[in-house]
Amino acid sequence: MTPGRSSALTDLALGVRMSVSGGRSGWARLGLIATGLGIGVAMLLLVASLPTVLDMRAERDAARYPGTEAVEAGDDTLLVKRISSDTAQDLVVGYLLQPEGADAPLPPGVDRTLAPGEALVSPALQRVLESPQGDLLEGRWGDRVVGTIAPDGLVGPQELRVYVGTDQLTGANAQRISAFGRDVRDGGTDATTMLMALVGLTGLLVPVAGFIATAVRFGGEARDRRLAAVRLAGADAATTGRIAAGETLVGAVGGLLVGAGLFAVLRAVVPPLVPPSLTFHGADLRPAPALAALVVVLVPVAAVLVTRSALKHVIVEPLGVVRRGTVVHRRLWWRIAVPFVGLALMLTPLLSGGAGSFADAEGLVLLGMVLLLVGVALLLPWLLDVTVRRLGPGALSWDLALRRLQHESGTAVRAVSAVVVSVASLVAVHGLLGSETGTPGAQDGKFEAVVYDDLPGSDGSHWASALAGIDGVQSVDTRVMTSAEPVGGGEPIALVVGSCAALADTTSSTACTDGDVMLVAPSHAEVPAPGTTYVLGEPGSGASTWSLPPDVATVEPAYPDSAPWLFVTPQALGDAVVVPSGDDYDNAIVTIALDRAAPDVTARLQTAIAQIDPTAMVVINDPEATSSMVTGIRQGLMLGTVALLAVVGANLLVTTAEQLRERRRPLAVLAAFGVRRRVLGLSVLFQVAVPVVVGLALAVVVGSGLAVILQAGADMPVSLDLAGIGVTAGGAAAVILLATAALLPMLGRVTRPAGLQGE
Amino acid sequence: MLCIVKPVSIAPALLGLLQTGPRHGYDLKRAYDERFGHDRPLAYGQVYATMARLLKNGLVEVEMEPGDGPDRKRYAITDAGVSDVEQWLSRAEKPEPYLQSTLYTKVVLALLTGHDPADVLDTQRAEHLRLMRELTRRKTEGDLADQLVCDHALFHLEADLRWLELTAARLDQLAASVHA
Amino acid sequence: MTTAPTATGPLLQPSGPLLVARDLHVAFGPTTALASASLEVHGGEVLALMGPSGSGKSTLLHCLAGILRPDSGTVTFDGRDVTAMSDAERSALRRSEFGFVFQFGQLVPELTCAENVALPLRLAGVTRRDAHRTAREWLDRLEVPDIADKRPGQVSGGQGQRAAVARALITRPRVVFADEPTGALDSLNGERVMQLFVAAAKDTGAAVVLVTHEARVAAYSDREAVVRDGLVREQVPA
Repeated sequence: MTPGRSSALTDLALGVRMSVSGGRSGWARLGLIATGLGIGVAMLLLVASLPTVLDMRAERDAARYPGTEAVEAGDDTLLVKRISSDTAQDLVVGYLLQPEGADAPLPPGVDRTLAPGEALVSPALQRVLESPQGDLLEGRWGDRVVGTIAPDGLVGPQELRVYVGTDQLTGANAQRISAFGRDVRDGGTDATTMLMALVGLTGLLVPVAGFIATAVRFGGEARDRRLAAVRLAGADAATTGRIAAGETLVGAVGGLLVGAGLFAVLRAVVPPLVPPSLTFHGADLRPAPALAALVVVLVPVAAVLVTRSALKHVIVEPLGVVRRGTVVHRRLWWRIAVPFVGLALMLTPLLSGGAGSFADAEGLVLLGMVLLLVGVALLLPWLLDVTVRRLGPGALSWDLALRRLQHESGTAVRAVSAVVVSVASLVAVHGLLGSETGTPGAQDGKFEAVVYDDLPGSDGSHWASALAGIDGVQSVDTRVMTSAEPVGGGEPIALVVGSCAALADTTSSTACTDGDVMLVAPSHAEVPAPGTTYVLGEPGSGASTWSLPPDVATVEPAYPDSAPWLFVTPQALGDAVVVPSGDDYDNAIVTIALDRAAPDVTARLQTAIAQIDPTAMVVINDPEATSSMVTGIRQGLMLGTVALLAVVGANLLVTTAEQLRERRRPLAVLAAFGVRRRVLGLSVLFQVAVPVVVGLALAVVVGSGLAVILQAGADMPVSLDLAGIGVTAGGAAAVILLATAALLPMLGRVTRPAGLQGE
Repeated sequence: MLCIVKPVSIAPALLGLLQTGPRHGYDLKRAYDERFGHDRPLAYGQVYATMARLLKNGLVEVEMEPGDGPDRKRYAITDAGVSDVEQWLSRAEKPEPYLQSTLYTKVVLALLTGHDPADVLDTQRAEHLRLMRELTRRKTEGDLADQLVCDHALFHLEADLRWLELTAARLDQLAASVHA
Repeated sequence: MTTAPTATGPLLQPSGPLLVARDLHVAFGPTTALASASLEVHGGEVLALMGPSGSGKSTLLHCLAGILRPDSGTVTFDGRDVTAMSDAERSALRRSEFGFVFQFGQLVPELTCAENVALPLRLAGVTRRDAHRTAREWLDRLEVPDIADKRPGQVSGGQGQRAAVARALITRPRVVFADEPTGALDSLNGERVMQLFVAAAKDTGAAVVLVTHEARVAAYSDREAVVRDGLVREQVPA
């Protein structure tokens, strides 16, 4: 007797049929599954797009790089010089352009030759210029803005960039090129970057897996009943699995469609919100084909796998003969074991090698970190169980929520645990960066601007008078540089004319009085003989000759292997004329001490300097400012936090909506008893909030611990970023409230007495 | 409809009561009234008449007590009496309406005499179901009039059985009160 | 086995019992549901399982049907040990040899009644067309031809139970297990469902194991067995 068996295709088709014909509630369930999966899919597509975004950024950036250098001026050459200056938003990078002929190349995104004084700005910079802040920037980039840079010349819509036409460039202070563009540089990924990227991906992908797992289980109770009925009709475990797979596949396909739709929306919405330092074009946000294909294949497969694992109970028990003899207690030991093994792996190099020992044990540390983060997800169910069992009774709404969680915390845990992993890794990264910004880049705390003057023919003498009048400028100290040629032949030596203060800045030597001449040279270096006569500049340029006095003190340079150079105070020169040689050195370095109390002093100064000499490079040393790179990372991190919280909110919303739908009947019964809507609303709030709060607490603890360990391991000062933790936790609280509030109308609908009726 | 309360067969009831120990005639009447008499106490003479018949059939015997009181006769059950009670208990009553009092007496006596009352119920259920099957068959094959008549009988028989089930479910409580 | 129902008359009784339970013991945690329960079901007979609530009659039914594996004891069907079968084998048994009618909940709400009735045939690999034709014939026979395209949620309880009966019998099983099949129905509907059910079962030669606490329903049986305190007091077949 060998009874026939249905084909796999029939089973799948049956599943599909059941999935799409459930009437209104069936469609609602399908919609929720598709939405839940769609969020996950959209996130995966975002991750899958990262390589493209980075590649396209690099490609666009390489295309506008002043690439092909030309030796001789010609009809097709262009002189370019990079300029950069700060605005309140971000660093503005630009190029001075000076064509040397009719066929001079144009950078991408620029469609015309710029006359001296004309500027093309990026749309984002245009907006800055049109904002109130624009007054301070008036005149910084040429005399007039004649248009905007086309998108293909920018890495993203938020980029601040400028091209300025000029006639002040020469081969000495600029690059001569015949074309823009260079090969994309393969920077190579160093281990640290890989480590950060892997942690980031773990933090991102674990929640996605969580969302998929949660979404696929939507309508699980009804689905179990349905499949148990099919089981009873004689479907064996494999057939039931295939039917369930058919059902899930419909949801998965819906999820892919919703995800693609969400992703399309994100492409339009996200780029304008990204800070300038991370900006990218929406059009560049497209998944790498191989990765996209992987998503399309993996999501349904994962969905089906999750369904099958969720089906275990039905497979054992057809017709929902669910009579569990014993309550399954969550076992603690292996849940604890995983994070502790992770912790041990991370602590081992620290204990044996001391602070800063992580560099040699990256594999171990990475494994430990992943175990620790995964351990968080494992610990949460147990922690929630314990917490919920310990919590005392209270108001009716609290009791309802507590009982529900005590009865079945699996759904709540799944919704939260994935997020907890992300938050833990975010808190850890927040902590890492927090200690990073704790060490400002600028030394000895002076608030100053430094101008590097390499304009041909300039001797730097005009800066002091031109800048002294600006409000907030306390002092201007000019150092003039040249290459001094020994008259009797021999090696030229660098010569710097400046004040003793300037010497102290560069060599930390304080034994200097006006009239001194110092030789800055390492002890073993060959030094010029006293009495050597030099031409103070290029011979024939009008530079005087000058002899090295016999009583030259020797000073140790800041860098031991630097070539010897001479430091001369103006008094030691007498009437000798110094002509900056230009070629290898800046003509002059001007240090401007600034007064922080003067409003917008850096903005006004930078504009003034650009007006005097648009080719001059300006660096602002502000001990209180964070480095722009860290700022960029911080902005990115904040963006990530906000995005994550948004996803958490969406997920909570969908999960809780599904729970309300599935528990329509008991809720309607409660409402029929006369339990007030407010009480039910609060109970929903508590139901959502308790797991999230427990999860966040765990995430903060583990994340902070991770940050401390990483800081110690990388030999950074140990500190915690309370602001980052606060933002994350506060944001989560807001998200819970919002999600619950958004569900109140649905709760109202669900608790109408009509909910008491069945199908 | 007339409400006829069918008198309980007194003889097996009195015999059953004696199985718990010898009693005087008056005690026997009191015990009977207490358990089964309800609003219809037994006439004293009826006890003596029944006992005389049982005595003649050898189901009870008389123990005389010394002294000269008005009631020196004490009745005790014989082995033949015990087996008579057993037979009675294990015999199904003909299913008919208003059987409760007989069934009740049987259940109580079963408890008193250490028999399993559930057996009484099972026996009776089997007998009821036999009749109900017959009625159901007639109903399925018959016309509307047959159906209505059969249904009437079926519902009454079902009520009997339900009562039996209920009694069975309450046996524990009953046992407690009987032995009290 | 997929032929349309026809009145073939009662089948010959096979010599031995078709389904035998021996010394079944089932406990749910500390609660003993069955203690040494034994029972025989003969081919083509209608056996009523009676007994108070919680006596273990449904548990016994689930054990007989291979849904529940007893802690100890054996169930043999047609000489084969059901308790020793794999899940796939027991599923195949349910698909081809057994049918089920329960109080409610056995119909898949997402499928139409005809699709529900056709489900066992489709699971057995019958083409959709054939399965549906047979399903409609069965619905006709159970006097509910017009519910074919309706979902279970759109039909009355009595109509739904007839669909359930049709589904249980469509594979011409050798045993149909019915757990309070009329429990959710009023007297009139319940009587009609029982009449149609028993008549159809007799026609196809299926034995019926009928769990009920109602004597009027049990009166449709050929004999009864009483389950009490996890034990079966079986009436010897007439």
